[in-house]
Amino acid sequence: MELLIFYPIALLCVALALAVVLTRNPINSAMCLIGMMLGLAIVFAFTQAHFIAILQIIIYAGAIMVLFMFVIMLLNLKEDSRSWMARDKNKLLTGLTAVLLVGAVYKFIDVITQTDFKAPQAVPDSFGTVALIGEFLFTDFVLPFEVASVLLLAAMVGAVVLAKNKLD
Amino acid sequence: MLLKLTCLIPLYPLIGSIINGFFGLKIGKRMVGLIACGSVALSFLTTLLVFIGFLLRPEDMATFEQVAFSWMVVGDFNVDFGFQVDQLSLVMMTFVTGVGFLIHVYSIGYMHEEYSFYRFFSYLNLFMFAMLLLVMGNNFLLMFIGWEGVGCCSYFLIGYYFEKKSACDAGTKAFVVNRVGDFAFLLAIMFIFNIFGTIDFTDVMHAAPETVVYGGETITIITLLLFVGATGKSAQIPLYTWLPDAMEGPTPVSALIHAATMVTAGVFMVVRCSVLFNLAPMTMMVVAFVGAGTAIFAATIGMTQFDIKRVLAYSTCSQIGYMFLAFGIGAYTAAIFHMVTHAFFKACLFLGSGSVIHGVGGEQDMRKMGGLKTEMPITYATFLVATLAIAGIPPLSGFFSKDEILYHSLIDGNVILWGMGISAALLTAFYMFRLVFMTFHGESRVDPEVHIHESPTVMTMPLVILAALAVGGGLLGIPLIHGWNILHNWLAPVLHFDLASALSHSEHLLHEAGEHAPSWSHLLVKKEHSTLLEISLMIFSVVVGITGIAFAYVCYIKKPDLPEKLTKGQWGYDIVKNKYLVDELYDETIVNPTVEVSELLWEKADAEGIDGTVNGVARVIGWFSKRARVFQSGFVRNYALFIAIGFVGLLLISF
Amino acid sequence: MVPLTHYLIFSAVLFAIGVLGVLIRRNVIVVFMSIEIMLNAVNISLLGFDRYLDQSTGQIFIFMVMCVAAAEVSIGLAIIISLFRNKPTVNLDEFNILKG
Repeated sequence: MELLIFYPIALLCVALALAVVLTRNPINSAMCLIGMMLGLAIVFAFTQAHFIAILQIIIYAGAIMVLFMFVIMLLNLKEDSRSWMARDKNKLLTGLTAVLLVGAVYKFIDVITQTDFKAPQAVPDSFGTVALIGEFLFTDFVLPFEVASVLLLAAMVGAVVLAKNKLD
Repeated sequence: MLLKLTCLIPLYPLIGSIINGFFGLKIGKRMVGLIACGSVALSFLTTLLVFIGFLLRPEDMATFEQVAFSWMVVGDFNVDFGFQVDQLSLVMMTFVTGVGFLIHVYSIGYMHEEYSFYRFFSYLNLFMFAMLLLVMGNNFLLMFIGWEGVGCCSYFLIGYYFEKKSACDAGTKAFVVNRVGDFAFLLAIMFIFNIFGTIDFTDVMHAAPETVVYGGETITIITLLLFVGATGKSAQIPLYTWLPDAMEGPTPVSALIHAATMVTAGVFMVVRCSVLFNLAPMTMMVVAFVGAGTAIFAATIGMTQFDIKRVLAYSTCSQIGYMFLAFGIGAYTAAIFHMVTHAFFKACLFLGSGSVIHGVGGEQDMRKMGGLKTEMPITYATFLVATLAIAGIPPLSGFFSKDEILYHSLIDGNVILWGMGISAALLTAFYMFRLVFMTFHGESRVDPEVHIHESPTVMTMPLVILAALAVGGGLLGIPLIHGWNILHNWLAPVLHFDLASALSHSEHLLHEAGEHAPSWSHLLVKKEHSTLLEISLMIFSVVVGITGIAFAYVCYIKKPDLPEKLTKGQWGYDIVKNKYLVDELYDETIVNPTVEVSELLWEKADAEGIDGTVNGVARVIGWFSKRARVFQSGFVRNYALFIAIGFVGLLLISF
Repeated sequence: MVPLTHYLIFSAVLFAIGVLGVLIRRNVIVVFMSIEIMLNAVNISLLGFDRYLDQSTGQIFIFMVMCVAAAEVSIGLAIIISLFRNKPTVNLDEFNILKG
């Protein structure tokens, strides 16, 4: 029963991802990407990971994609003039890449389906709630948490330094 | 203790050399001369002090060894930097420093106009240092360092006038020919270490009778190699060709190095190893014949030369031949005695010739000299005294030393050797007086524009002192009533060799090796000492000397055209005049092939082979780089692609 | 219940699409967006395992991944803006000064 909801959402996400890669207009790619992230948020909610789902919307779709849109509009990017395909000289390489990737995925699927995973368990109600994750975050994983904050500080400083005008 | 001053003796000349070498130009000629002569004078005084200390040494000390520091300890190979003071080295040290000092003083006058005054004295002091190391070393390796050092300084000093190509060539020739001898010496040292396990003199000499068989191949090879080394340094056949050419150097150099000290280093070395030579009778025979042969050979060439210094050079070769003759028949004391007296009169002769050359403005050809005795009286007087000494006229020193050698060559050697010795004595008297008559007597053939003058006191004083030594040095060797002469008694502890016990040791060694010892009883027969024979030989050699002088007188004063008539057109004379064409022989057989092989190696092996290989490696790398450059396209996407391909590949491989 | 394999295959396909985008597109911004797709794919896989093992470690990991993604995007876009100032193009092929 749940599979019925899962398949369409998953297919939608895959289609949107393909659209991101294949469209010519960068604005269109960005919109498709936002759509894909929303789709993923639905999948997250599906697995009862509420906190993560909300975070996905807030951070990814809300902050990161807005940043992308901002930059695209700042640089005033137009459509890609020629075909979005690989450079003229390397059609062979492109074909090779595609084949490789398809082959890799196929192999992966092969291995996965042959493996026996145990049946899913019933999860307690507290799975994926803010309280539970918060508890883990501030006891077992407090060090990565602090380091992450330092990382964000560094990123902020770096972004400011890189993007500002050189004072001549 | 006075003996502790030993290590200072070589140190003074070394310091003098360094100061003069580095600061010579700044401190002026007077200071340079003072430092150079002063350092050698200090060495001489210290040697005298050490001599006194040695005389006062306690009863049980046979020799005095002072180790400055332990130089090398490599596995079993222990070499100390040590000095050995015993009777033999004291004799050498005394006359090396003494004669060296006189020559240094002389050089102040002789080299006065040279710009590179300091360089000369720096090298000369360095030479003294090396010579003292050679003489005072307590092991073979230290002696070898001194050996090489004197060869090196000889090269520097012969090539002192380096603007002249002939001087540079002469220096190179001296060095290379010496090298051949040094190679043999080095082989001998290695061999000695192999057999005896040590290269310290006292240890080797003590162990020799017990370790090697009398007359066996081992000891014969070792001693032959040592002798070849000695022939190189002391200019005997076949390695004598460098000595006449070495006269390109300044005259004090010829006096010091090529008359008194360096060329006697070979004799000193073999006497030092007398124990080893005692055990190898075949080598002794070789040494004796080579020595006698060189004596005659060099004397014949000396008769035909016209350059005053060349005559003296061949005379040196000849006299050292005498020393080796004496050594070869076992009369070690006679060899050392002749070495000391030869140092005196040969140095006097060379310095005198330098004075003559200085006085006639640089001319060295005797045909352009003559009648100089009136203008250069002191030089003439000292030169005459030294020539009488070398001709063997009593009571000068040369008579005693030469006579002792001739006597022993008849008694301990055989008639052939004595005959060669006496012929060489005749020739020596002849050509030396030929030199005196041509230079000082007769009409003056000097270029009239030259102003002939006597040399300054700083040059004539050493001449006088050396002439006095040439006269008085004979006292060392006058036979005493009881037993031998002073020098013999003095050197006896060093040269003492117990033949009987050595033979019994050898029999022992042979028995252990399972072989039978040959009969050696004939060697232990004592020879008789006949005073009648000795006195009659003395008279005979004096007669021979006077005959030589008379013949020279006839040829060069009474009938000056006689030499022309005798020698004109004679092919024998031409060959002898051209030094028996030995130099040309060496050139053809050894020098030219070596040069050709070297050129071949240079062109083929080095320029094409090695350079080609190294360049080829670089070329190959360049070729590969060109091919590999394709991947550096600058396109980031290509890089990302390669990463992806690699990753996928890994995945596929691992699953 | 959705089996684990479905999550994993989903994640793999999304990841492959992301790699494809990185390798194919010339527009720098779109390449960047493909990188975001890859990161999201990893998130899916982490969550799948978390669900089936009843743990919260994966979700913390997802938290960190998002944090890092945010930092990376901010810096990356700042770099792109700098690049754009030097050479007014977003065509990746034209940045080839490192050609050797």
